[in-house]
Amino acid sequence: MALDATTSSNAKLAAMVAYFQAAPPEDAAWAAYFLAGGKPRQLVPSKVMRDFAQRSAQIPEWLFDESYQAVGDLAETIALLSPQPAGANAGGLALWMEQKLLPLRGLPPEDLLTRLDTSWRELDTPGRFICAKLMTGAFRVGVSKLLVTRALATVAGIDAKRIAERMVGYTDLRARPDAAGFAALVAPESAGGQARDGAQPYPFFLAHSLQSPVEDFEAQIGPVSNWMVEWKWDGIRAQIVRRGGSAWVWSRGEELVTERFPELAQLGARLPEGTVLDGEIVVWQDDRVQPFAKLQQRIGRKTLPAKLLADTPVVLLAYDLLEWQGTDLRQRPQAERRALLEKFFAGFGADYPGAALQLSPLLEADDWQHLAVQREASRSLGVEGMMLKHRQAHYGVGRTKDVGTWWKWKIDPHSIDAVLIYAQQGHGRRAGLYTDYTFAVWDAPPQAPERKLVPFAKAYSGLTDEEMGKVDAIIRRTTTEKFGPVRSVTPSMVFELGFEGIAKSPRHKSGIAVRFPRMLRWRHDKKVEEADTLETLSALLPG
Amino acid sequence: MDLVISRPEGLYCPPGDFYIDPWRPVERAVITHGHGDHARPGSRHYLAAAPGEGILRARLGSQIDLQLLPYGETIDHHGIRLSLHPAGHVLGSAQVRLEHGGEVWVASGDYKTEADGTCAPFEPVRCDTFITESTFGLPIYRWQPQAAIFADINAWWQANAAAGRPSLLYCYAFGKAQRILSGLDPSIGPILTHGAMDALTAAYRAAGIALPITEHATTITDPAILRCALVLAPPSAAGTPWVKRFGEHADAFASGWMQLRGTRRRRGVDRGFVLSDHADWPGLQQAISATGAQRVFVTHGSVPVLVRWLEEHGLQAQGFSTEYGGEEEEEEAGEAPAKAPEENDTGNQSGYDPGAPEATPDIPA
Repeated sequence: MALDATTSSNAKLAAMVAYFQAAPPEDAAWAAYFLAGGKPRQLVPSKVMRDFAQRSAQIPEWLFDESYQAVGDLAETIALLSPQPAGANAGGLALWMEQKLLPLRGLPPEDLLTRLDTSWRELDTPGRFICAKLMTGAFRVGVSKLLVTRALATVAGIDAKRIAERMVGYTDLRARPDAAGFAALVAPESAGGQARDGAQPYPFFLAHSLQSPVEDFEAQIGPVSNWMVEWKWDGIRAQIVRRGGSAWVWSRGEELVTERFPELAQLGARLPEGTVLDGEIVVWQDDRVQPFAKLQQRIGRKTLPAKLLADTPVVLLAYDLLEWQGTDLRQRPQAERRALLEKFFAGFGADYPGAALQLSPLLEADDWQHLAVQREASRSLGVEGMMLKHRQAHYGVGRTKDVGTWWKWKIDPHSIDAVLIYAQQGHGRRAGLYTDYTFAVWDAPPQAPERKLVPFAKAYSGLTDEEMGKVDAIIRRTTTEKFGPVRSVTPSMVFELGFEGIAKSPRHKSGIAVRFPRMLRWRHDKKVEEADTLETLSALLPG
Repeated sequence: MDLVISRPEGLYCPPGDFYIDPWRPVERAVITHGHGDHARPGSRHYLAAAPGEGILRARLGSQIDLQLLPYGETIDHHGIRLSLHPAGHVLGSAQVRLEHGGEVWVASGDYKTEADGTCAPFEPVRCDTFITESTFGLPIYRWQPQAAIFADINAWWQANAAAGRPSLLYCYAFGKAQRILSGLDPSIGPILTHGAMDALTAAYRAAGIALPITEHATTITDPAILRCALVLAPPSAAGTPWVKRFGEHADAFASGWMQLRGTRRRRGVDRGFVLSDHADWPGLQQAISATGAQRVFVTHGSVPVLVRWLEEHGLQAQGFSTEYGGEEEEEEAGEAPAKAPEENDTGNQSGYDPGAPEATPDIPA
């Protein structure tokens, strides 16, 4: 693809538009899926891929390892080592995915080796590279999801926001892109246009950070009476979608998490048809929210033992009603949606669908000072601060302010969601494990073209041994380059970093130095694109 | 007896009392080729292959004491029979054949097995002991035939010219630049070169190598001409004010290191053309086996890898530590992902600072 042949965003955009317009829709469907970050589960274990490469290149294991060390990418190593001559890449992406690659999953190694051998004869070196990338489930190219969205919007001739809405869930682990799905993705805007199909959630409306001193609030955002205020819950943002006799739970990473939260799946099944709730999943015990670490035990697990379910009961703290009786309410003002939400809760009476559903309460205050006083209880209540939602705000798409604003008014310590970009092995007890990390934030807001990650802090404490093991494995799998002992990884992990002080520093690349940085938690629910920016970081600077 | 040993000054021939490509000034130096890491200034007497004269004088000064030897001719020196044989690396590059007491050694310097038209092609020389480089000593390095790469470069240039933007191609000033020139299709547009290349290109022309007409990049200011031009520049020109004159342009880098996506990305250019003046992995194997040598010394590059590989294939192999190349260290020590490891011939940049006014060392007429 032409994407690898340029470093310019505009050229990448043009290349994608040209591709989407020319490619058969079934191929374009898969291309959109991969470009937007879709990852099917690993099709061929990397061990088998390595064996295959060694065999076909007729080299011993040590020489394969040396080569891999030099290249730093398994798929690329395999492609470069495969013997010539190569084939001509017959068949499109869809054919390859559906008939040749997806059927590989779960085959015994001997069968895999035979099939790989056949496939390899049909591909040239770049084709082999892409194929190996797809097989090892690690396909990434230098385009952002936003850029893909813009390309699709150009193809469809509609607003990129509509594409963003349609893209929700498109890259879910279980998604199977096809021609019909792609056609729907780039269909022109129809007159009725608003009907949502089945499981589709709405794009999440995201809040902006409010960091000014409270004294300035009145001048900056008006009187407190214009705002609806709630606690900022420390959990996982989610929508429960109830339509067509089924229910789905979506995290804000646009991932289906229904199976991880059986309580919420049951709750969803008892909601009235045509309902979409927006809220926060938290562990709730003893009448209060539990630390995020507890909720974390429920994430990233294959099985959910009964004991775990009993120890970490989750609830949805609902704070918005996006769809009611099949009608999209997002264009209604916040206050009206809230009233409907409360009415919805009141309407249950004795048929209350279960303890897993709770209403996130509104906080009352006469003025901002009064609110600030209440906010001081945040830490003891286990919340992250407050959310301010404008009474007139519509429910927007993403982090926008064009149809109304949500502010998050977080408490200290300073914390920043940062991306792990370099790792180094630890020492002593941590020897042999990649446990010392360099974190980066974006140098520009999400809309900016060509924005980059800028390293700003190193941290190595705050994770459990188990988490360290997992991070270590991901680092080894996603290493792109090595500089002596330092590995550069494909950015994929977001961590919330806490730190005590922050100051300007010309000695640091980011221009900022932080004191005692440590990892507060691993944000499994956040994508790299959602990490904070240098601007949000700079906003924490005193004075 | 070993005809070549490693000394602090460089590879040394004890019976002949001379050095091969010494990295410190010595009394007598046999030079395999003119790249900066092999041909260093300061030695009293130099001996090199005749076709390399212009290059060596351009780089080491016109006044050096330089004895020239045509390829294949033998001289006797302290009972050593010495001859030079084409290494196919750059103009004037030579393998050094040493014969003494019935024993034959060949030191290859840098070499490439594919014939390229800008220098005498590599010639396998039978020997008992072979000293080989190993710059690209990993099986991931396998080159396409140069005709295919030139076709890619010309197609890239053509597409840029059609889109009305200059094509800026970075490559090493000595060897690679002239090889690329020989493969360019001048019907696409004008070919411009950076001043750092002029003296070397002139030396190639003086040696009878046919190259297309080139012009100084700085003398062309007409945007209409620039838009369809191909500009050759040394890698160190990237990111300097010199580049600004071309406005919006496409850029590319030609080097064997471009084989890896990582180095392509670090280099930050639109395209990487995999074109090297060194042997690829199959080329190394082919060259080593063609010598019939039972004993192999491995220098600069993937020394441990090649040594182990050769030993597993029944040869007696060992590493020679030298001060050639050094690209491996550079890669390992690089702290920021902004710099690609540079090919062996980076040493040749030292005299030509493209940020400064363009240097034009004098060349013997």
